[in-house]
Amino acid sequence: MSAIRYSFGGDEHVFAEIGEEMSLEAFFKGMAICTELEKRRIAGVSEICPSNASYLVRFDPEVIHPDKMLGTLKEIEAEVGDAELELATRVIEIPVLYNDPWTHETLMRFRERHQDPKSTDLEYGARINGYKSVDEFIAAHSGAPWFVSMVGFVAGLPFLFQMVEREKQLEVPKYLRPRTDTPKLTVGHGGCFTAIYSVRGAGGYQLFGITPAPIYDPAQGLPYLKDFMVFFRPGDIVKWKPITREEYDRDVKAVEAGTFDLTVRPVTFSLKAFHADPGGYSRQLVEVLHGH
Amino acid sequence: MAIEVIKPGLATSVQDAGRPGYYNIGIPISGGLDQYALRAANLLVGNDEGAAVLEATLLGPELLFRQAAIVAVTGAEAAPKLNGKPQPRNESFAVRADDRLTFDFMKAGARIYIAVAGGIDVPPVLGSRSTYALGALGGFSGRKLAAGDIVSTGSAPPGARAGRTLPADLAPIYPKSLELRVLPGLYFHRITDESAKSFFEDTWTVAPEADRIGYRFRKGRPLVFRERKQPFGAGSDPSNIVDAGYPYGSIQVPGGLEPIILHRDAVSGGGYAMIGTVISADMDRIAQMQPNNLARFVEVNMDGALKARAEYKSRVALLTASLR
Repeated sequence: MSAIRYSFGGDEHVFAEIGEEMSLEAFFKGMAICTELEKRRIAGVSEICPSNASYLVRFDPEVIHPDKMLGTLKEIEAEVGDAELELATRVIEIPVLYNDPWTHETLMRFRERHQDPKSTDLEYGARINGYKSVDEFIAAHSGAPWFVSMVGFVAGLPFLFQMVEREKQLEVPKYLRPRTDTPKLTVGHGGCFTAIYSVRGAGGYQLFGITPAPIYDPAQGLPYLKDFMVFFRPGDIVKWKPITREEYDRDVKAVEAGTFDLTVRPVTFSLKAFHADPGGYSRQLVEVLHGH
Repeated sequence: MAIEVIKPGLATSVQDAGRPGYYNIGIPISGGLDQYALRAANLLVGNDEGAAVLEATLLGPELLFRQAAIVAVTGAEAAPKLNGKPQPRNESFAVRADDRLTFDFMKAGARIYIAVAGGIDVPPVLGSRSTYALGALGGFSGRKLAAGDIVSTGSAPPGARAGRTLPADLAPIYPKSLELRVLPGLYFHRITDESAKSFFEDTWTVAPEADRIGYRFRKGRPLVFRERKQPFGAGSDPSNIVDAGYPYGSIQVPGGLEPIILHRDAVSGGGYAMIGTVISADMDRIAQMQPNNLARFVEVNMDGALKARAEYKSRVALLTASLR
């Protein structure tokens, strides 16, 4: 991988572009640098934000001069180098009702903003990615696990990148013009990223389904949100579990009762081992989830 | 102590010095958009500089005070009135129980800051009382104020008194046309040389879509992004990048059409190329721009940005020294 491109964002930020393209390598390098920076607890650094193929640092130039800040980041880059990239993280199962009535209602309402007004977002995604049916497309989306490569845009919203070879990545354009509405907890896809909309609002991603699992809640009502109001962290590994309408309704009732929980397991991810056998390694991760 | 909201104004919310430290999970810093005016209002009533105040945008609220209080109003030029009687701006004044505080239209500037001795008393969330409305977090029930809300305040500090005045040379004025200093960078190399020039030559107009998240500008020449084969994952428009973190003050230009400057309720990241960043010293001035105000962007380097920042900081130090 070529050297990182650094640029100042005004007098308070350094932006570091690890790669112009999205890749697991770029994401991992960013995570490694951000983790090391966090560890050093440098006075004046107030925000450390890894994101997809780049990262952003906010600092106070009275405490640490911009040149010194930049120097520190370059020093960490050199140190992290091409070291074997391992990440202690979590693997999480997220239930998804694909092709649900709520996102369907929304996508029909905004049809004139879509590339292909005559088909649904899932039909369109399946076709342009060369799948014969929506079911096969959903099987690909929910097959291999995904990495949370960024949390943000709005509070707690995860961007996820699928852990498959480049040629198997699912790619769809964003809507021609963004929608003014998206249901809360929509599972959407744009470019090569899937996102869960943590709050209701505007959006441009193609709408694939909905999860019953809240992922952001300032009231912290559910067991897995007790520690913190935002569930996802960059580096989390997610496996989508397709569910039926009956299961969805049951989960929503459990959410309302405050008893709903998620399956979360600790795992150490090795990029090298993944590259040696992507399919096999992904299956292993999913097995961790089910207690093997 | 409590204040009843009779009319909320357009967008009035509880804000303080902000909530740093959670941008990596999409929770922006929030806090008063004009930090200088927020600080001045607090100091005038004897509060800590960063205490929680009410920030009102474009149209002031109507407030009914249930108990006596010491109040100060700073920021936009909009005369405060108590029971219809004009009160000074930039000066603390006494309010009695059952007094009604209203405001004239904002003649210049876009945000007023209403400080009450003792501060606005809402529960701190993640270390701040600021409202982040997009995430329904903090402030008064996570939202802007509505008619009928009862807002509590803390007990007044011993130093609170009426008649404390902001020295005239420390009271900002809010011109309808101004220059915003920009450090080019980030994805500046993605626009053509002509666009790099026209961006700084043109006069831009604040669009109606200007809020705590970001300020949108119009009427300059469209910016042209250099043609390229878009990188994997970046999206098809030449103004798209692989989604990345957005600095506060960064300027993105979706489709090359209308520059948007992100402010303190920023979306923390996204897929539009940023072409530079407004320097920290000018962020308060953006907060006081009304729709249809004019701006020119002026290029500065890091030394210029740091010098401007030092000037801003020394002005803040003077403000603190003169009101302590």
